[in-house]
Amino acid sequence: MDKILRGRVWKFGDDISTDHIAPGRYFHLRTNLPELAKHVLEDADPEFPKKVKPGDIIVAGKNFGLGSSREHAPRIIKLAGVSCVIAKSFARIFYRNAFNIGLPLLIADTDKIDEGDELEVDLEKGIIKDLTKGITLESTPIPPFMMRLLEDGGIVEHIMKHGDFKVD
Amino acid sequence: MGKTMAEKIIGEHAGKEVKAGEIVVAKVDVAMVQDGTGPLSVQVLQKMGMERVFDRNNTILFLDHATPSPRKELSNAHKILREFSEKTGAYLSDVGEGVCHQRLVESWASPGQLIVGADSHTCTSGALGAFATGMGSTDVAIAFALGKVWLRVPETHRFYIHGEFPEGVYSKDLILHIIGTIGADGATYKAMEFYGPTIDRMSMESRFTITNMAIEAGAKTGMIAPDDITKRYLEEMGRGDKYREIKSDDDAEFEKEYEFDVSELEPTVSFPHTVDNTRTITEAKKMDIRIDQVYIGTCTNGRIEDLRVAAKILDGHKVNKKTRLIVIPASRRVYLQALREGLIEKFVEAGAAVESPGCGPCVGIHKGVLADGERVLSTQNRNFKGRMGNPNAEIYLGSPATAAATAIEGKIADPRDYL
Repeated sequence: MDKILRGRVWKFGDDISTDHIAPGRYFHLRTNLPELAKHVLEDADPEFPKKVKPGDIIVAGKNFGLGSSREHAPRIIKLAGVSCVIAKSFARIFYRNAFNIGLPLLIADTDKIDEGDELEVDLEKGIIKDLTKGITLESTPIPPFMMRLLEDGGIVEHIMKHGDFKVD
Repeated sequence: MGKTMAEKIIGEHAGKEVKAGEIVVAKVDVAMVQDGTGPLSVQVLQKMGMERVFDRNNTILFLDHATPSPRKELSNAHKILREFSEKTGAYLSDVGEGVCHQRLVESWASPGQLIVGADSHTCTSGALGAFATGMGSTDVAIAFALGKVWLRVPETHRFYIHGEFPEGVYSKDLILHIIGTIGADGATYKAMEFYGPTIDRMSMESRFTITNMAIEAGAKTGMIAPDDITKRYLEEMGRGDKYREIKSDDDAEFEKEYEFDVSELEPTVSFPHTVDNTRTITEAKKMDIRIDQVYIGTCTNGRIEDLRVAAKILDGHKVNKKTRLIVIPASRRVYLQALREGLIEKFVEAGAAVESPGCGPCVGIHKGVLADGERVLSTQNRNFKGRMGNPNAEIYLGSPATAAATAIEGKIADPRDYL
């Protein structure tokens, strides 16, 4: 896993739900994630699925990922090539699902970051540099167990590697 | 220092004393997936070479979100779960049995259990004194195979509820009002525990409506300590032997304490597009909001008590010509009871379309997808943009009584005018 990420920002507001990310009307595509990923976040920004590029970073307001337990939501964000999501806060099931599938999330005050900014993110230190604005932001440290999940590549790989959960 | 209910239940399942904030591994009693999340769980288990279940009787595959299947892709998704059931012995709850959360409280969930489900409203079972929480497909896949999950022990926010409900005001109005007060992220990652004289008098059905919506405040679960009402409910469901007491100690640490008096509460409606965007019915009525479709059903309000209230209001009335009413009992058991009581006949006579048990239009794929610019008032639990299949439609949430009155008037209406 890359611990230093660099990418361009897509900015979203507060309360982006799993219905914005993986709309219910595409329920039938849930067993076809590459197709579902073509609609990722389209109800929040119709341009996003068309223009997102590998390495891009999603930056949002509070309570990102609220709503249903659909793990398809973080999976298609990752499939679209997004390297990490930074938000003021995350809904709990989305938070858990993202680390389980190896998508890093950071919690930080995102007000000063704008769409199109270039960011450099140090996941381990939790430091976010906005290269466009020349400012540095600190994020809440990722808990050690979640960091281990990322290093292992997700919960499935974690279990395969350790034979069980390794929380200590 | 005492312990909260959540700490006690998780501790019993982790085999050690636990405190809020710790990350632990805990055994699960019941694990379930549904047709929207389960196929991904099966793929995960195939990838891990672990196509097995820890306990056949307590691993459940619910077909409820897209039943009967409206298209071949979803029929194929159902087939994945059918084949997994045949291979592993996991219980398949088939088309027509009902919504997973209603089926869980009828036939599985019991006090003191740890329940995980690949559906966010799994918190519903917390009304029976279980620690029940929603997770993703991968988490539940691993729970199926290993019989355990990793959990962060949540802090508890306690809600003291007192006062008598005025006529026409129900537990749905209370939980909408609570979420409107604390916000859609007011309890993120926390256990919400509800107690007090109003809860003590409340039926299990009304309690389920409250815990069902804990996730809409961001909570990990909603809980109510088991009591005589819980005991009677379990006996009625044929699981009286599963009753046990479990409650928070008085000197346990509660991160926040709230108090709500229901005696001044009004019928409450959530406006688009977030659940915490609430208004009283008096405010809503003044806005004269035309409604194209009304939906009475779901894991939030598709129980017999809900159908009784709605049928009573609709009795002798017709659904307004400018709207349409869809009614879906939450389970086969509820459906049969409603038939016996003549409620279904009342709905049909009023002009409703009654559909077979399942999630119905709440999930946005069938049985009432909205047109562009249309508005629905539903008894379901969430109203996010696009939730019911069309991002260009608006979803309003209310109680079954508010829904029935709205169906009669074709605009958001006050149920107290019909009581």
